[in-house]
Amino acid sequence: MFSLEGLTAMIQNWLAANFNPTMILVLQCVIVILLAITLFAVLGLVLVLMERKVAAHIQIRLGPNRVGPGGMFQTVADTLKLIMKEGLTPDKADKLLFNLAPFVVMMVGMLLLAPIAFAKNFQIWDLNIGVLYISSISSLSVIGILMAGWASNNKYSLLGAMRSGAQIVSYELSAGFAVLSIIVFTGSLQITDIINSQENGWWLFKGHIPAIISFVIFIIAVTAETNRAPFDLAEAESELTAGFHTEYSGMRFALFFLAEYINIFIVCAIGATLFLGGWMPLHIGHWEGFNHLMDYIPSSVWFMGKTFFLIFLIMWFRWTFPRLRVDQLLNLEWKYLLPISLFNLLLATVIAIYGWHF
Amino acid sequence: MIQETEIIKDTTHLGDEGELVVNMGPQHPATHGVLHLVVTLNGETIKKIEPHLGYIHRSIEKMCESLTYRQFIYVTSRMDYLSSHINNLGCALLIEKGMQIEVPERAKYVRVILSELTRIASHELWLGAMAMDLGAFTPFFYAFREREMITDIMEDTCGARLTMNYIVPGGLMYDIHPDFQKKVKAFITQFKSKVTEYEDLVTNNVIFQSRTKGVGILSAEDAISYGCTGPVARASGVSCDIRKLFPYEVYDKVEFDEVIETAGDSFARYMVRVKEMNQSIRIIEQLIDNIPEGDFVGKTKNVLKLPKGEFYTRVETARGELGVYIVSEGGTTPHRIKFRSPGFSNLSALNHMAAGSKIGDLMATMGTLDLVIPDIDR
Repeated sequence: MFSLEGLTAMIQNWLAANFNPTMILVLQCVIVILLAITLFAVLGLVLVLMERKVAAHIQIRLGPNRVGPGGMFQTVADTLKLIMKEGLTPDKADKLLFNLAPFVVMMVGMLLLAPIAFAKNFQIWDLNIGVLYISSISSLSVIGILMAGWASNNKYSLLGAMRSGAQIVSYELSAGFAVLSIIVFTGSLQITDIINSQENGWWLFKGHIPAIISFVIFIIAVTAETNRAPFDLAEAESELTAGFHTEYSGMRFALFFLAEYINIFIVCAIGATLFLGGWMPLHIGHWEGFNHLMDYIPSSVWFMGKTFFLIFLIMWFRWTFPRLRVDQLLNLEWKYLLPISLFNLLLATVIAIYGWHF
Repeated sequence: MIQETEIIKDTTHLGDEGELVVNMGPQHPATHGVLHLVVTLNGETIKKIEPHLGYIHRSIEKMCESLTYRQFIYVTSRMDYLSSHINNLGCALLIEKGMQIEVPERAKYVRVILSELTRIASHELWLGAMAMDLGAFTPFFYAFREREMITDIMEDTCGARLTMNYIVPGGLMYDIHPDFQKKVKAFITQFKSKVTEYEDLVTNNVIFQSRTKGVGILSAEDAISYGCTGPVARASGVSCDIRKLFPYEVYDKVEFDEVIETAGDSFARYMVRVKEMNQSIRIIEQLIDNIPEGDFVGKTKNVLKLPKGEFYTRVETARGELGVYIVSEGGTTPHRIKFRSPGFSNLSALNHMAAGSKIGDLMATMGTLDLVIPDIDR
């Protein structure tokens, strides 16, 4: 019932029976765009609420609990407020770049959605260079942030944007190398191939030590790439008030806010796909009964469960750690993470060549 | 168009090539009040910090000169609002010393217990705010959990949670609440069992340590020459605890250690305050069961008049040495009054400590100075 495989096939068949090929493509695009926008809206609401609830329970309080049952509609109310607020553009700001920046950041999130497999055979675009596509598109988000920081004509924004630029460009490397070690095991950049290769065990368990190391590095690097604490220097509240989005208000601020959560979702989805088997159920060796039982859980539930587990992990970091200083941040990347991930890639290659992984 | 004079200068072209002048405050999340820092930056590196004061000046000293000796004590609650009880105590001590008023033992004990509770409450708030400056939000709530118990005790005792106004010259305004001892003991048990949570969450955190160790170093000589007192000076190895050096009330009867660290960096200042909380608990434990029975206020005249002359007392607030200096002409109000506030001197060392470091270090340094702006501006 929760398997989305039949659904896509049904729509495809219906389209094929009723329209000509050009029309099919147009209709497919419309459906995908509508679904993507709906997903973004729902994800934004759910993740913000989740963040507030997680934070509250870590901080011995209850969190939002007034709007709707258990505060479920708090984020809906917040969104309505943000939509109705005036979106102020500062007098001396670069009007075009200032207004464009939130959409650039948002667009990057939308583009990244394409190769992610949400369930078995439920994927927008299964291109053969999936992982390469993801890593190249995700580095575009720095442009939007730099744009916002520069166009605001605000010193705090500028400082925040410069920090963010240095940070994202640096941590991209480690994230890339961590992903590469999985590519070495699979031998393919295509998301479907990567997921199918994990049928009898996830790479986190199959790939020996290199997979575990690259998983840890990946989580650290994507936390930094999404500007989340302890790497939230770009918006360091106590230092730069709100960093690159200090001057933004109303819906344009909300777009930045939403983009942050969308990015978290996407990087966690990629992490789940590469290391935790995407929508693949948990299979342990020859435990036939157990494996069979696991197959009953729909693939979409598996995927969302894994992704939300990683999201929870990143939220947990945020509410536990203090912020790093800018030079410590760059030291961590260039002096520790990068050499370790280079060595780790070598190790993974050796293991892959000799076929030592399970 | 305003003429450019000595006082009014066009500040838009301040700073050399490659310098960035940022106004931090008077509304900024990390300055904890209306402190205005003019920070000259070169990239991320701080070249100069210039504090601008006066945003919350209420001329408390001048106001005190038109209030009687019974009244002026309560204005001082609004100076350093986090140790208002200790401010009140300093003023009351001066009047008692000047007029040779006998204070009953019971009042002395309660005053000291409340002073130490105030100190713990202040340090708890500082701990949370300091962690917040470094980007960790969670310790704030843990610190406030224990602080809440103290403010509850204060509310039971004198009806107020922040500006206590519990002290009158000669003793206390009311007797303590019947549940006072029970509640304080409950707080001690709670605090002792929960203090490990701070250690896990903050003290032993790798990022916290790397953010504070070796940051904002203040040598003992500099601490003395800037007039730093309290935990700031003690972290640099200067022994300056008024409770030990010039004991007042019953501090000479209780056993406690003056916490001294020698590193002089932000982490040392952090450790001094955390250890001081434990010492305060030790003091309270010794006194809480031994509060003597008897009057809570001594016999005083209705109208207080200090004899002609100059008077000075000092007390150890949570931030350092508070000096109260009064010149009396023999009337019912002080002729001239001056408070030597610890925050002002501590702030003056900020430029020396943070110049040359990164913006993030400024927050760590300023956080450990424990600034309360109404105390600096008065």
